Amino acid sequence: MTLTVRNLGFSHVQQPSLIGVDATFEAGKLIVILGPNGAGKSTLLACLAGLLKPDSGTACLHDADITHMAPTARARQIGLLPQGAETHWAITSLALVALGRIPHMRGAGTSSDDRKAIAMAMSATATEGFAHRPVTQLSGGERARVLLARVLAGEPSWILADEPLANLDPGFQLDILNLLRRQAEAGKGVVAVLHDLHHAVRFADHLVLLHEGRLFAQGSVDDVITPANLAHVYGIDANLFKDKEGAVQLFIKGKVRP
Amino acid sequence: MNKRAVTSLLLLLTVAAFLLSLMAGKVWIWPTSWMADNADGWIFLELRLPRAVLGLCIGAVLGLSGAVMQGYLRNSLADPSVLGVSASAALGGVVAIYLGLNLLPFGLFACAMLGAGSSILLLLVISRGGGPVGFILGGMVLSTLAGALTAFVISIAPNPFAANEIINWLMGALTDRLMADVLTALPFMALGVALLLSTGRALDALTLGENGAKSLGINLLRLQWIIVLGVGLAVGGSVAVSGVVGFVGLVVPHFIRAIYGEQPSEILLPSAFGGAILTLTADSLARLVPGPGEVRLGIAMAVLGAPFFLLLLLRYRKGAV
Repeated sequence: MTLTVRNLGFSHVQQPSLIGVDATFEAGKLIVILGPNGAGKSTLLACLAGLLKPDSGTACLHDADITHMAPTARARQIGLLPQGAETHWAITSLALVALGRIPHMRGAGTSSDDRKAIAMAMSATATEGFAHRPVTQLSGGERARVLLARVLAGEPSWILADEPLANLDPGFQLDILNLLRRQAEAGKGVVAVLHDLHHAVRFADHLVLLHEGRLFAQGSVDDVITPANLAHVYGIDANLFKDKEGAVQLFIKGKVRP
Repeated sequence: MNKRAVTSLLLLLTVAAFLLSLMAGKVWIWPTSWMADNADGWIFLELRLPRAVLGLCIGAVLGLSGAVMQGYLRNSLADPSVLGVSASAALGGVVAIYLGLNLLPFGLFACAMLGAGSSILLLLVISRGGGPVGFILGGMVLSTLAGALTAFVISIAPNPFAANEIINWLMGALTDRLMADVLTALPFMALGVALLLSTGRALDALTLGENGAKSLGINLLRLQWIIVLGVGLAVGGSVAVSGVVGFVGLVVPHFIRAIYGEQPSEILLPSAFGGAILTLTADSLARLVPGPGEVRLGIAMAVLGAPFFLLLLLRYRKGAV
């Protein structure tokens, strides 16, 4: 299964936010979208999730145009973890995770398939312990895991996550990244918008770097995270190095001198 | 407490409130004389029965509309009267009476429903992105405007009788409605209720915000139109026959949430029961107040509802709502 965008363009009130983006994402990989604020990361993700209709070009799941898929069929294939961790009512974690089954529900109530998927999602995210607590009473890290469990409960083949680490402590950030990593290893396609370059370097299989609405670079960590690219896109002086254990790390020295 | 048991209890209380409304008043009418061929029987058939049926229906409609609007706007301060929907329905009705459209079949209903439906649309347009406070402010603007325009129409009424008719209808009451009026309103309200009850799953999905709901395959535009149509029919229909009865939709879902939890779909039907219980009981009590006349239901509900709204606002300021 692949997720493909061809010549994708989108304008927010006449301000172009995506221009001619071409990319192909493969399942089984953790794909990270990078770029400075306003580069069009969330817009790209929203087009992939079918939330926005591109002004030009196409976003396709395998060979089906995402904007022309029936919403429910699309929702079964593509799960979105939206930005901002919104939870408006004090419902229990279990009830929140169950919302992920909505695309699969026909009549009233939950089927045994629903209950099985919910249980698996909660066990994968280690959230069973607070299944009956209201989400509004959970810590940020717990809530982030419950929200991810909600996406997993829908059993989508693709998981799109828009800034899933925002407002989380470093430990919780790593929890979420490891969970996404495991989903990719299990064969799902995972596309995450991240801000932290260090995490991107450590966890991504494939990187997409956006700059002013255009695709600036894509490929492996070595292809994308180059001093020249980082200086041009972020205005920072940074380079990759191997640490004592042989892992590739990023070191940011400072801003590029004008 | 077991939810099924609570729902049975609510059903039982609804029946009890309905029976109370049939019996209570300056003249108590016991079930033994309901079918009697005398004054009591006449009062029962011509006055009490339509009034109780009307109380049951508009209470259920208002409670349900409040629950749906609160779920849709993700704002527990929403309610048809707080957000100016009832006032706009009333404006529609007043314009209908002024133009004489109320003499046409369904004229008053159509105008009241149009007023209710278009006010929600307007509210969605002017308050988009304003957050909870934005909706309350938008609703305030709408209800003030609708109130002013209503006053204007009354002031240019061609004769004092027309003005009197309008004012009487506006104040919100269940008294002296003909069974025929009630039966005319019923299908509209029933259709509105059916539409509103169908929104449960979409309202649940909106717990995750608009993008979350859309990504679950929920068609938000369709949901918006269902709610505009449903509230328009339900609230418009209820205002057309009983004037403005406020705060039922605000108060009831809060009590229901305390019992059933906050999941929007879980509180829809119970809120309809709760609205019916509150309205029937308040109307029965209003009848029992000693004195020559009786307190109008619309006024009684406003006296009860306004302090409750203030309490919610204060809690909201503390971030507890």
